[in-house]
Amino acid sequence: MHELLRPFDFEFFRNGLMVATMAGGLCGAIGVYVVLKGMSYIGHGLSHAIFGGFAASSLIGVNFFLGAGAWGVASALMINGVTRRRLLGSDAAIGVITTASFALGLALFALFGTQGRSFDAALFGSILGVGTDDVIAIFIVCVLAGTLIFLRYRALLFTTFDPEVADVAGVNTARMDALLMVILAGSILATMQVLGVTLIAAALVIPASIARMLTNSFARMLQLATVIGTVCGFVGMNLSYHLDVQSGPTVVLTAATLFAAVFMVTGATGRRRAAGIAPPPALTARTD
Amino acid sequence: MSRGAREELLGLAAVTCGYSGEAVLVDVDLSICERDFVGIVGPSGAGKTTALRVIAGSVRPAHGSVTRRKGLRMAYVPQVETINWSFPVTVSECVLMARVKGRFLPWASAAERAQVAEVLEKLDIGGLAERHIRELSGGQQQRVFIARALLGEPELLLLDEPTSGVDVRLRHEVLHLLDDLNALGLAIVLTTHDLNGIAAHLPRVVCLNRRVIGDGPPTDVLTSDVLERTYGASMQVLEHGGMPVVIDSFQHRHHVLHEHRDRSIV
Repeated sequence: MHELLRPFDFEFFRNGLMVATMAGGLCGAIGVYVVLKGMSYIGHGLSHAIFGGFAASSLIGVNFFLGAGAWGVASALMINGVTRRRLLGSDAAIGVITTASFALGLALFALFGTQGRSFDAALFGSILGVGTDDVIAIFIVCVLAGTLIFLRYRALLFTTFDPEVADVAGVNTARMDALLMVILAGSILATMQVLGVTLIAAALVIPASIARMLTNSFARMLQLATVIGTVCGFVGMNLSYHLDVQSGPTVVLTAATLFAAVFMVTGATGRRRAAGIAPPPALTARTD
Repeated sequence: MSRGAREELLGLAAVTCGYSGEAVLVDVDLSICERDFVGIVGPSGAGKTTALRVIAGSVRPAHGSVTRRKGLRMAYVPQVETINWSFPVTVSECVLMARVKGRFLPWASAAERAQVAEVLEKLDIGGLAERHIRELSGGQQQRVFIARALLGEPELLLLDEPTSGVDVRLRHEVLHLLDDLNALGLAIVLTTHDLNGIAAHLPRVVCLNRRVIGDGPPTDVLTSDVLERTYGASMQVLEHGGMPVVIDSFQHRHHVLHEHRDRSIV
């Protein structure tokens, strides 16, 4: 028991644990919208795009949250704009914008080296170097995202489920999509240090997928995904310390293990629900 | 009551619109009055869904104008093919989406729960509130989306292909339900491919093929001439019990050929 509680003696661990736990819950909640809108690839791409902002801000000495945040929000709105105009499919828009941004980040690091935050930590996550400012940042993002989801719950649900009818019902669906992208960018930014660019997408997708296998109700899915994400963040961070493995992989592997367990326990019913989380391509309307 | 005595809810005047520079509707005039029950028919690509979207306000015309009565409440029921049936929503969650405005709290108030229960009861799906939308029959699914539309207390209900992909019994069930709602004073506009279904149930038909080819009662509009100009194919119209029955010429020729062959065998 004493061994299990030993890491709590260290401030860096307590900070890391708070960040990972809040990050898990935040990604779990946002992930519900990401998964149900078929935006999993956007989550993956956006984290890579923010990496470009991370590199640029660390080189020019701008505050990480301001530099990478502005970069992330700009990328998110650009992807949203290109996708809504239907000039390109969302996958192509993400492929162009986010990989170019990621490549720019890599090129900047290659040319000028790393300063400030660690390159490896950004890619794979690390609790070393998680400071009070990170805890405060993710707390603020959690409060903002939670407030927005709470106050715009009905409009976000309608837009996610049936955007065309939501539009007719007076919901500004373009604004809702943009709002969701900004929340997503903020969440990725705040969780990047602990989860890492390459693993954030899993933290977004897995808790929501587990929750979908357990319920047919949107409200319950949102609650379950948040709780599952929170628990996986807490357990994964403790495992990270005891196994001496980076925090990103342990958080994601904890969630993946839970996914496998729920997948087997819920049997065919859960698998059928999970298989339907993104609408199949055949569900296209005649628009004559 | 004649149409002239009823107030106009919505009017399209010389509306032209389309997508990516290609015109889908050209010079369309259409007037919808209180308690109207209108079926828009036409071939695939004729602009039926686009016409509904123009009426609903989600597509803006490139030319012409749309006038709506001030404060007009509309509700839209989409094609069932566009619904993501795997989305995690129960019947009550789905219906409650109509109350997207006016209350910021995520959960339903006691009054809203009572209203949802009342509208579900009215549509004979009262016991299904906590069921997932995929666990319902085709008719029940259609009723859920009509219930969602009705919860918004609309004056004009728009339905995109409410009878597509359903069997004959369900088709009649849906049209009877809409008939009842219209009798209670609700104006309804729907699109359909089902000529005979609307001939039997709807008092007004609009034949559309990018332009309005015919507009009036089924007995006046569903004629061989109007249908041929609408569909670009010859169609026969028979009368049965005072109602027009449409058969396309291929089926007609096929029927005549069989009759001729049967006689030859005899």
